[in-house]
Amino acid sequence: MNPVIHAAKLGAKRGWIEFKQMLKSPMDLGFNIVMTVIFLIVLYVQRNRMIEGTDLALSMFTLPSLLGMLVVFGGFMGAAVTMTYEREDGTLLRAKATPNGMISYLISRIISVTSNSLVTVTMLLVPGLFLIQGLTNIGWSGWGMLLVIFVLGTLATLPWGAVIGSLVKSTTASFNITFLPIGGLTAISGIFYPITSLPDWVQILAQIFPIYWLGLGMRSALMPDVAVLSEIGESWRYVEMFGVLGIWTIAGFLVVPRILRRMARKESGSTMEKRKQEMMSRGY
Amino acid sequence: MKMSVIEKGDTNVIEVNNLKMRYGMKNVLKGVTFSVKKGEVLALLGPNGAGKTTTIEIMEGFRIPSEGDVRVLGIHPKNGDEAWRAQLGIVMQSWRDHPKWKVRELLEHLGDYYKPYATSTRVRPLDAEELIGKVGLNEQAEQKISSLSGGQRRRLDVAIGLIGNPEILFLDEPTAGFDPQARRDFHEVIRRLSEFEDTTILLTTHDLHEAEKLSDRILILAGGRIGANGSSEQLARQVMGKAEVSWTIHDDHFKEEVVEPVQFVRNLFEQHGDAITDLEVRKASLEDTYIKMVQRIESNGQLEETLSTFEEGTP
Repeated sequence: MNPVIHAAKLGAKRGWIEFKQMLKSPMDLGFNIVMTVIFLIVLYVQRNRMIEGTDLALSMFTLPSLLGMLVVFGGFMGAAVTMTYEREDGTLLRAKATPNGMISYLISRIISVTSNSLVTVTMLLVPGLFLIQGLTNIGWSGWGMLLVIFVLGTLATLPWGAVIGSLVKSTTASFNITFLPIGGLTAISGIFYPITSLPDWVQILAQIFPIYWLGLGMRSALMPDVAVLSEIGESWRYVEMFGVLGIWTIAGFLVVPRILRRMARKESGSTMEKRKQEMMSRGY
Repeated sequence: MKMSVIEKGDTNVIEVNNLKMRYGMKNVLKGVTFSVKKGEVLALLGPNGAGKTTTIEIMEGFRIPSEGDVRVLGIHPKNGDEAWRAQLGIVMQSWRDHPKWKVRELLEHLGDYYKPYATSTRVRPLDAEELIGKVGLNEQAEQKISSLSGGQRRRLDVAIGLIGNPEILFLDEPTAGFDPQARRDFHEVIRRLSEFEDTTILLTTHDLHEAEKLSDRILILAGGRIGANGSSEQLARQVMGKAEVSWTIHDDHFKEEVVEPVQFVRNLFEQHGDAITDLEVRKASLEDTYIKMVQRIESNGQLEETLSTFEEGTP
């Protein structure tokens, strides 16, 4: 029995067990449910507004864009918050104290972060498709593209979340440091309205980060072909899309093992105890 | 594995030589030397901040010492691989992990990691069901871990520490924050576990009674050094004979520390006879000695003197 392969299998098993635990505890989904309801209200309000220069409803544009944004939330924020939280409660240290536990831990976390993200995306997609007409007519290629964008988006953002999660001290800090920038980037990444209505320099800034490209990818998957007219260059720009997301992915997977090793090395019972004391003195 | 052929009591499973640890300018450990034999239950006793956790974390491989030689199962912990790790059980001070898992579910899952490390002489993992019984969590086996009390949680941690059938079990302050009943339950569990004869247990505590009750041998760690080393009987014998005699003659109070209280009192009566009232002879307890020693080490630089007073020839 190869211990590493054995631990990898246990990691997959652990990911599955914890996915089931998440589905069974509605409290964990509370935040997601609230977000989903808010987004659905936004979509509902937008149903009669048209995208400038087209006869497509704005909500038709917003739903796929939101899905792209949710992929970032799920991968980046999900990984960051999980990592800091489990450093605080000792899950990570437990993994370190168990033979090959870190391998299993990482695999299980890739599974649980991805599956949580998938649940969030599905929670918005399904009612969204009922609410908004004209999005279901996309065929297998559309659904395939949606899946590709989801997977690539997760790969491009999850490692960076893990990096942030390893570097910051507390779960609260981890939440703030990820939530605020994503909020800011969402505002300039053409999620709620086409990016072409923003100043050029803002457009350029937004195109450095994955969130714009994930919105674009989701729109290319779900929207009718005519919608491309409201995009930059009137094109879905697949080369640039996969290029930027690919660079984020590769860079992320190059950086993350180094950072994780460094963090795991520093982790011990007394550092955890110290964090607990700090947390108790803060009162939360 | 090579360790499993060693018979109880004839080999050191832990050897620590002149261990030093500095954090910035602060010297936490100033040259700690001790060894632990296979199958022994050793208590590392000392006040808070004495360096107990640091010492135990160095042996667990979670901390790299500034100086000194440490061997755990013959290997320097910083070079320990996963096969080495599989032979250790670790129970730390604060563990709140896996709150949503059920007791049996987690214990069985964590046990699975040890399967590749089973040997012909050492079953790995141990039976989860049996272990749950041993730590007294039968009724909680199907409960979520978040619903356990502090004492139950710590007993689960001990079960997790033991699930891989370790050569060495490290317990860091196992009863800190317990109420008396939980503490007694826990001591009962540890006593039951001494059936695991070939598991060496190293525990830290700041509670002398706990050290006395649970361990074969006590190391007192204070001021970054080992101040005493021996069984509780040996330590007691070192302080035996010392007693405090107080008495009153004609409303004058006297008090003296003496080595031979019986002889002293006999002399006292021969000298003063019926004039003596309020005679009291109090033997210094191990606790008195321990507290006095810790105070002395912490308050001034009389370290060398203290060491020569308390150190006993150790193997």
